[in-house]
Amino acid sequence: MAMAALRREGRRFLLSSASSTPITARSAISNDRESCLFGARSISTQIVRNRMKSVRNIQKITKAMKMVAASKLRGVQTKTENSRGLWQPFVALLGDGFSVDVKKNVVITVSSDKGLCGGINSTSVKVSKALTRVYSGPEKETKYVVLGEKGKAQLVRDSKNRIELTISELQKNPLNYTQVAVLADDILKNVEFDALRIVFNKFHSVVSFPPTVSTILSPEIVEKESEAGGRLGDLDLYEIEGGETKSEVLQNLSEFQFSCVLFNAVLENGCSELGARMSAMDSSSKNAGEMLDRLTLTYNRTRQASITTELIEIISGASALEG
Amino acid sequence: MYRQGSRLLMRATAADGARLRVTAGSRPASQAFSTEVTEAPAVDSSFLEAWKKAAPNIDPPKTPLAFMKPRPPTPSSIPSKLTLNFVLPYQSEISNKEVDMAIIPATTGQMGVLPGHVATIAELKPGVLSVHEGNEVTKYFVSSGFAFIHANSYADIVAVEAVSLDRIDPSLVQKGLADFTQKLNSAVTDLEKAEAQVGVEVHSALNAALTG
Repeated sequence: MAMAALRREGRRFLLSSASSTPITARSAISNDRESCLFGARSISTQIVRNRMKSVRNIQKITKAMKMVAASKLRGVQTKTENSRGLWQPFVALLGDGFSVDVKKNVVITVSSDKGLCGGINSTSVKVSKALTRVYSGPEKETKYVVLGEKGKAQLVRDSKNRIELTISELQKNPLNYTQVAVLADDILKNVEFDALRIVFNKFHSVVSFPPTVSTILSPEIVEKESEAGGRLGDLDLYEIEGGETKSEVLQNLSEFQFSCVLFNAVLENGCSELGARMSAMDSSSKNAGEMLDRLTLTYNRTRQASITTELIEIISGASALEG
Repeated sequence: MYRQGSRLLMRATAADGARLRVTAGSRPASQAFSTEVTEAPAVDSSFLEAWKKAAPNIDPPKTPLAFMKPRPPTPSSIPSKLTLNFVLPYQSEISNKEVDMAIIPATTGQMGVLPGHVATIAELKPGVLSVHEGNEVTKYFVSSGFAFIHANSYADIVAVEAVSLDRIDPSLVQKGLADFTQKLNSAVTDLEKAEAQVGVEVHSALNAALTG
């Protein structure tokens, strides 16, 4: 009995020093109920009310974030749809280049700068790391170019020495092709590659963004593959117009393809980020609503308990006086 | 915190479910993308095997080929019409339209493309692209880009910028031409010279397009 009383005393001390954080809500609320029976009254309802206010504010913020993401998504989605035709001619000409085995792979991971967007950045990073494993082998090396802060934060942890270039604050101004072309130029100048693999989340719908890999082969590899036959075998059948030599035209082609594909990839990833943020904020608001319901019930229970306690005291006091 | 974990799991399985549904070939009817097409099951098996060895728990990523309609093979006789695709970064100007002829401004000069043209990769210079369909001719001024003509009478033109001729202001063209010629004369470094040269070329092509 004494031990139980001591334990209860201890919990009351805990209650007075507990800060109003939602994580400790549950344990502190049960303490409230216990300490009510021992006479602490208005303090406990105050704490629950504070918690309810903070949860309500959080719910408002997440709802607002969802609306903002939805409105931004509408704009970016039209742009993305329009840019979808851009890479199709290149794939029709050069095929996929996926299974082409090369010595120097550069994996370009497209991620977002801001957080609170669900799991899309983790999926992109996971896929990039798996790609590195798939393309690893003797004499082969894989490097990273990271676009976006979130991807950088995750990749820096274990692949710091393999990151060649990181670019952030891409989405600050609305995207246009010139900006991406300059970026592509930067990457091409600073990074040696045989094949570029761009990893991004393709936007299917607001709830589905599967990770996708687009490949761009360097002009030397394209020539080698076209001579070797296989998917690019009929590239030789094409006559080349313009430029002095075939390799010059192929170089221009590869650079142009890179900027087009990168433009589409960044737009699609932006769309996926907004869609993921919408659903993440939506479930967050729902959770906050549920939490609010539970807190309201607890608040009412606490309030009624304290009223009952007061009544009991008054009545027992009155009956003690009478009898 | 556990709730968040379960929520992530639910969302992951929902996304997986959506992905599985997509790969099964059935598309929801509400799919509104005009450039979105059904997936072709043409994924390289060797890559899939290598992927499964390296990362057995993660689904393999999609590749662009899965999102594109496969092109028809080369027909034995020359088709009567050319199927043209003209795309810009901001929009697909013409997609899969059947035309009679297209005249493209390649770096080696104006090139006429008819159905049955030999397969070609052409680099474009700033100039006028005209599309002939029956009796109507549509003209665009393209900045530069590439044109692929395939053996099956499909032509893809990818350009960075294209405007229809009536949206070009002649006075601005003259002013631009004067500006860039002056810059070319006063250019010092190679980079400045190259930039001024490009400006002069584009503006003279614009001029020629408006007058010719």
